[in-house]
Amino acid sequence: MNTNGTSGTIDLPFLQDDTPEYYRSFKTGNWAKEIDVRNFIQLNYTPYQGDSSFLSGPTDNTKLLWQQVMNLMVEEQKKGVLDADNSVVSSIVSHKAGYIDKDLERVVGLQTDKPLKRSLMPFGGVRMAQKALESNGFEFSDDTREAFSKLRKTHNDGVFDAYTADIRKARSSGIITGLPDAYARGRIIGDYRRVALYGIDRLIEDKVEQLDSLEVQSLSEDIIRLREEMNEQIRSLGELKEMAVEYGFDISKPAGNAVEAVQWLYFGYLAAVKEQNGAAMSFGRVSTFLDVYIKRDIDEGNLTEDEAQEIIDHLVMKLRMVRFMRPPEYNELFSGDPTWVTEVVGGMGLDGRTLTSKTAFRFVQTLHNLGPAPEPNLTVLWSDNLPEGFKKFCVQTSIETSSLQYENDDLMREYWGDDYGIACCVSAMKIGKQMQFFGARANLAKTMLYAINGGKDEVSGDQVAPEFMPILGDKLTYEELMPKFDSMMDWLASLYMNALNAIHYMHDKYYYERLEMALHDRDVFRTMACGIAGLSVVADSLSACKYADVKIIRDERGLATDFETTGEFPLFGNDDDRVDDIARDLVKLFMSKLKKNPTYRDSVATQSILTITSNVVYGKKTGGTPDGRKKGDPFGPGANPVHGRDKNGAVSSMRSIAKLPYEYAQDGISYTFSIVPKALGRDEESQIENMVNLLDGYFGEGGHHINVNVFNRETLLDAMDHPEKYPQLTVRVSGYAVNFNKLTREQQEDVVTRTFHESC
Amino acid sequence: MKNTTGYIHSIESAGTLDGPGVRRILFLSGCPLRCLYCHNPDTRKLKHGKLTDAFSELREIAKNQNMLAKMKGGVTLSGGEPLLQPEFVKTIFEGCKRMGIHTTLDTSGFLNNNADDELLDLTDHVLLDIKSFDPTAYKNLTGVKLQPTLDFAQRLADKNIPVWLRYVLVPGHTDDMNALGELALFVHKLGNVERVEILPFHKMGEYKWNESDMEYQLSETPEPNSEQVNAARCVFKNAGLLTL
Repeated sequence: MNTNGTSGTIDLPFLQDDTPEYYRSFKTGNWAKEIDVRNFIQLNYTPYQGDSSFLSGPTDNTKLLWQQVMNLMVEEQKKGVLDADNSVVSSIVSHKAGYIDKDLERVVGLQTDKPLKRSLMPFGGVRMAQKALESNGFEFSDDTREAFSKLRKTHNDGVFDAYTADIRKARSSGIITGLPDAYARGRIIGDYRRVALYGIDRLIEDKVEQLDSLEVQSLSEDIIRLREEMNEQIRSLGELKEMAVEYGFDISKPAGNAVEAVQWLYFGYLAAVKEQNGAAMSFGRVSTFLDVYIKRDIDEGNLTEDEAQEIIDHLVMKLRMVRFMRPPEYNELFSGDPTWVTEVVGGMGLDGRTLTSKTAFRFVQTLHNLGPAPEPNLTVLWSDNLPEGFKKFCVQTSIETSSLQYENDDLMREYWGDDYGIACCVSAMKIGKQMQFFGARANLAKTMLYAINGGKDEVSGDQVAPEFMPILGDKLTYEELMPKFDSMMDWLASLYMNALNAIHYMHDKYYYERLEMALHDRDVFRTMACGIAGLSVVADSLSACKYADVKIIRDERGLATDFETTGEFPLFGNDDDRVDDIARDLVKLFMSKLKKNPTYRDSVATQSILTITSNVVYGKKTGGTPDGRKKGDPFGPGANPVHGRDKNGAVSSMRSIAKLPYEYAQDGISYTFSIVPKALGRDEESQIENMVNLLDGYFGEGGHHINVNVFNRETLLDAMDHPEKYPQLTVRVSGYAVNFNKLTREQQEDVVTRTFHESC
Repeated sequence: MKNTTGYIHSIESAGTLDGPGVRRILFLSGCPLRCLYCHNPDTRKLKHGKLTDAFSELREIAKNQNMLAKMKGGVTLSGGEPLLQPEFVKTIFEGCKRMGIHTTLDTSGFLNNNADDELLDLTDHVLLDIKSFDPTAYKNLTGVKLQPTLDFAQRLADKNIPVWLRYVLVPGHTDDMNALGELALFVHKLGNVERVEILPFHKMGEYKWNESDMEYQLSETPEPNSEQVNAARCVFKNAGLLTL
């Protein structure tokens, strides 16, 4: 019996004289009949159990090319933005071919006609596009602006038509921040591998077939929308083909070798970032897919290891160059030009084989060949069973570059199978089968203050939430606060969901991701990904109310803006169930409130505990809290304990975080960990071993995500004053990595004051 | 098992330097030595620590049991000088052994008499600090005699308990090459020393002396340079010992 669901003879490639050249020596299966990339990978990939010794350094070609890119990046760092389009609206086919240095590039394609030149994308919101241009010293062309203000409605216009007065008020008070209502929502990952495996013609054929399946008797609203979307998808695939022709490639047929596979796949991604300026434009899970092509070429004697590495280095170079035009307010929330070109490597298959391939190593190797960098956001899917050689290579790379993040494959595989990727920082989704409606985050700490102040904002004094009975006494007790906080969360959850429903309705209408969705199945699973900020601040505050004495201090408006807390109380991050349970219950409670609300397109509500760099801005907009945090002080990033409050070392901190239930935060739980190299061991070997041990321990406890930073605080302090000495210094912040020099001074200070584990 | 009480200075849940793997380190307070270079003088007085009991500590250790196993670690009792509170050490180690957790004792060995056979039988591994091999220098450096430490080392060898030897290299105090050579020979003969760690003297603990109004006598002593450290390491390497 054949377990791969194919008949016996078809398994023997030499008996198939009708196999097209591009599929030579591939084991065939369902993937040959249906669009099924996972099946192709499973039948054809080669797991790799060894170490990193086979890897190659950069070729001369790579060094020359990277030097040119570095020079451009240094210039960009000085100017902020190197160059920008101010009149041509970006689309898949808007620009002529652009190159860095055509003779050196193994992989081609730029967003515009010049490297690092930012494109103009007003479909999300024309005011945002204008502000982005003007704040960076560029003028918006009158013609284009006129066209948009008179002729073309944007996503942003639509959303504000739908927003209620309540939503607008909440938005400006900062209780909900980072809503994607003026730019693309992002967090959708096209299955770019499909372009390489099938070629455009076959993909269009498939979409036409799907469209035929919608030749129905009665057209409901849902089917009308879907039919329009599918036609748009087909059109975008045609444009993708056209874009490739501009670069001299015919991608109507499948890729025939490794170089083509990388090129085809990258063209798919490039088309997406030419059309959408989503906050996160993630890449997916391509390494082991590409490994099949690379291995075939190497086996055929047509590719050397040096050349294989060169292709991956050049692909990664391109991914490091993705840029969007952003206004300063955006940078405050998401610092340092992040694009979240997240690519996952490693992980285990459902059949128990590791999905680590040599090309997973090659992707990680780019951090050595090209130096540390925040993008692509390389994410290691960790499993207890991950090959030891890969674990060690990743950890060694973390110690040297601080550019990797790690997520728990043993946990996520249960939910999402073995062909999922990560959108943005921590959001898992099945590639080509699932998408999310991304939804920023709600400020739980402020919500708690609203509960105390009867719905009034502690900063502005405005009545933002409906008038509730405030707490009138001077002493703040858990028993009095909790029921009020509970109702306030009800209010917030429903308002928040209303805002998201409006946003995603309008995004589908005015800024639909036709190309990315063309690389998905017809019927996708949709999540509505909400989020919370300030979890540890709230948990500690509730703990203070429960275990210590909290006195309310009111200002002249009668609003509680500060607290005097006496007595000891347990703090989140010390493996103390008394407060860790409070945090866990909060996550579950807020999730249950979100779930009570109807969602656009019947998406499934989820939430993340993730802040990016916005923990600083959130803190700035939030009054003092009962845990002793002063007005304006930052929150802990993501699910982190508040800075400096985890007193017993990393393991206790990790255990507290690992108690937060993924079940109720399926969009991800972000933890950022910083350690000085010496605290990991006396020599390099034991440092690597101990970091592997720590990750095995943390993930074994059920931790979901961890950013690993290994450096000394002195390095950061020095870099603050002498950025020129550290052009590539990369730090991991909640869910992504960023070039340290691109952070604002405030954010740099936040990173420096973080808890650095320095065991004695 | 009978509960015992003890004084603890602090806990590190993720120790990577004091024994194999990632370990939970309990720093017990109280120490009879008065080392000139002590970098934790705040742990010297027993009752400056927090009073706790072994069962409470064991409950915390039990919570970490799975994670400690995954991290190939265990529990280390350090200090101060843990052998100042032998009954407390015994209870915690016995609890650990019942849970199958690896135990490491970080000690100067001076309180050899406090470590009875029962205690050593519960000890999987010892981090032994021999501060100098010259009795006079040892006395000057620590205020106490060397001999009990050597006796302790011999007992560990007789019981075949693996030892990581630690040696703090202080220029002008512990860098005499002849004394180092003799120590290397002694250690080699013991047969149970798995590795030697040469720890370069540093002054990061100096502020703690100033905070507690004690006079720090090594302010003028330089930290050893890498050549001096390598020379010391070579002495042990030449004796066939794994040396870091």
